[in-house]
Amino acid sequence: MSEVRPASGGLLPLIYPSVMLGVFFLVPFGIMLAVSFFHRIEGGFYEPAFELANYQRFLSAFFLEALGISLLIAGMTAVICVVLGFPFTYLLTRLRRRHQVLWLVLLLSVLSLSEVIIGFTWSVLLSRTAGLSNLLVWIGLMERPDAWTPGLTAVTLGLVYLGLPYTVLVLYPPLSRLEPDIPEAARTLGASPIRTFFTVIVPGQRRAILSALVMLFVFTLGAYVIPQVLGGPPQWTLAVRITDQALYQSNLPFAAAMAIFLMVVSLGLIGLVLLLGRERQRAA
Amino acid sequence: MGLSSVTNGLVLQGIDKRYGQVLAVSDVNLTLPPGQFVCFLGPSGCGKTTLLRIIAGLEMPSAGRVRLDDKDITDRPAHQRNFGMVFQSLALFPHLSVGENIAYSLRIRGVDRAARRRKVEELLELVRMPGLAERHVSQLSGGQRQRVAIARALALEPKLFLLDEPLSALDAKLREAMQVELRLLQKRLGITTILVTHDQREAMTMSDLVVVMDQGRVQQVGPPLDIYRRPANSFVAQFIGISNLLPAVMDGGDRLTVAGALFTVAGERPASGERPMSGGRVTLSIRPEDVHLFAGTQTGPNRLPGTVTFVRDVGASVETYVDVGGETVVQVAAPKDRPPVSAGDMATVELPAESCVLLRE
Repeated sequence: MSEVRPASGGLLPLIYPSVMLGVFFLVPFGIMLAVSFFHRIEGGFYEPAFELANYQRFLSAFFLEALGISLLIAGMTAVICVVLGFPFTYLLTRLRRRHQVLWLVLLLSVLSLSEVIIGFTWSVLLSRTAGLSNLLVWIGLMERPDAWTPGLTAVTLGLVYLGLPYTVLVLYPPLSRLEPDIPEAARTLGASPIRTFFTVIVPGQRRAILSALVMLFVFTLGAYVIPQVLGGPPQWTLAVRITDQALYQSNLPFAAAMAIFLMVVSLGLIGLVLLLGRERQRAA
Repeated sequence: MGLSSVTNGLVLQGIDKRYGQVLAVSDVNLTLPPGQFVCFLGPSGCGKTTLLRIIAGLEMPSAGRVRLDDKDITDRPAHQRNFGMVFQSLALFPHLSVGENIAYSLRIRGVDRAARRRKVEELLELVRMPGLAERHVSQLSGGQRQRVAIARALALEPKLFLLDEPLSALDAKLREAMQVELRLLQKRLGITTILVTHDQREAMTMSDLVVVMDQGRVQQVGPPLDIYRRPANSFVAQFIGISNLLPAVMDGGDRLTVAGALFTVAGERPASGERPMSGGRVTLSIRPEDVHLFAGTQTGPNRLPGTVTFVRDVGASVETYVDVGGETVVQVAAPKDRPPVSAGDMATVELPAESCVLLRE
């Protein structure tokens, strides 16, 4: 029946989403792309031009280092989140339905907290004057209170705290679909619960783990508030650098170039994972 | 069987399993001799799967002991029992190939690669799937998946082979073929096997010993023919497909009244207990193929006059339903012995004394 309908009727519903996409995504993105090639006027604004100078600046040791630290923080956060989140989510899905809902509500309530509040809360908790180290001194595990912020550990800790609920939410659907028969079969075949976990459950969820890693990596790569609040300049990620260039150095062309670069890296990673997934499916 | 076989095999002593208020398994006492094919038969929710899971070590009994070859294994975890189990869902590992699935237990035990490959080939030969070790499990047909699950469960040469309705997902034809194959495999290996099923035909045709269960309790244990000839109670009679159950009152000795007519019973005694006292209420059961049917009203010993309500021709046999004073008696005959009656006719059924079995409620 649908073949009888005129073709224009089929295209009509596409107009609204394409206008929205155009106005709110493609046009701003086009502007940013254009600006990334513009010429910056020192101490002022920028003028239209086409130069690769902004991209050339990446090759300096300073920005390569910023890229390196971004990738390192994002990678570490992704791995820590999945290593902590996977066993947690697996055990969560083995609980009774009612208890699962309770835990999920708790996790979702963490998501409702603003990143800024989380950042400043951790900076208080890790500070010398009011932080957790005072607690350790009080129970006698430390000599005197110490400041754990700013630093790489503090940034990673904050990002893991932020990323963990997302990890659980991403891993929950595939893990809750895992039939209890599968681990039980492994048990009857002689695998202890720990070996069952590592030989059957983890490898059986390779794809879910991979997509959780990628999601967290990309999510953390764009994190801006936590590295800003909990880290010093050595821990500043590309996202922080972009803000710094755009707001404080008024160098919009360079900020735009960095944003494009960050996006290309993210897209590249997603593409790589899709490619890996497809290859695995073909092998299957 | 010698004296030693009394303690050999699997012994369940006073097994209870409670889930909150619900008693899923209640006071099960069973002795399963080694090398036998045993079926746990019962409707869904009767506790048969729970009992199997207790034997496998996947559930802990709330009370009672599980003993194997005179050793108490109640507290031994599943992964230290070495029982092969085939699950209803088969539970093949989706990330592994056929060969890797079968060799899983050997890998866990640290068996080297060459020995693993030999064993996989041997097992694939056994389940008649040679050369398919490299296949992925998602590329297999239903019957092939079944065979892989069986091969995987047998890889460690287990003491007990446990099957939880593994055939229920197959279509009727493949199912019958797998039943025969499974039985032959069990005979060849001589492995003690427990099959959980709700299909009485499957239980009757495959097993050495049938354990009929209902509402968490064992109703009867015995060889299939014994259960068919002498059901212990009306549940068993009904469940294994004997449709003629008539209320009766004892009238002293071997006599009783059924629907107002006097009967004598000379058939085998019920599997448990003595005959009830005079005046006691019992159920008379008789298999449809043992009932004789005559046209018209005839009198005589063990005969009941009635009206034909329905004649059902199922090809290989003819079923005739006769209403006798409010109770229905079904008679089954071969097409060549088709009784000369049709619906609405008067007819008489004869329930031969030697074929009647008395059941207590």
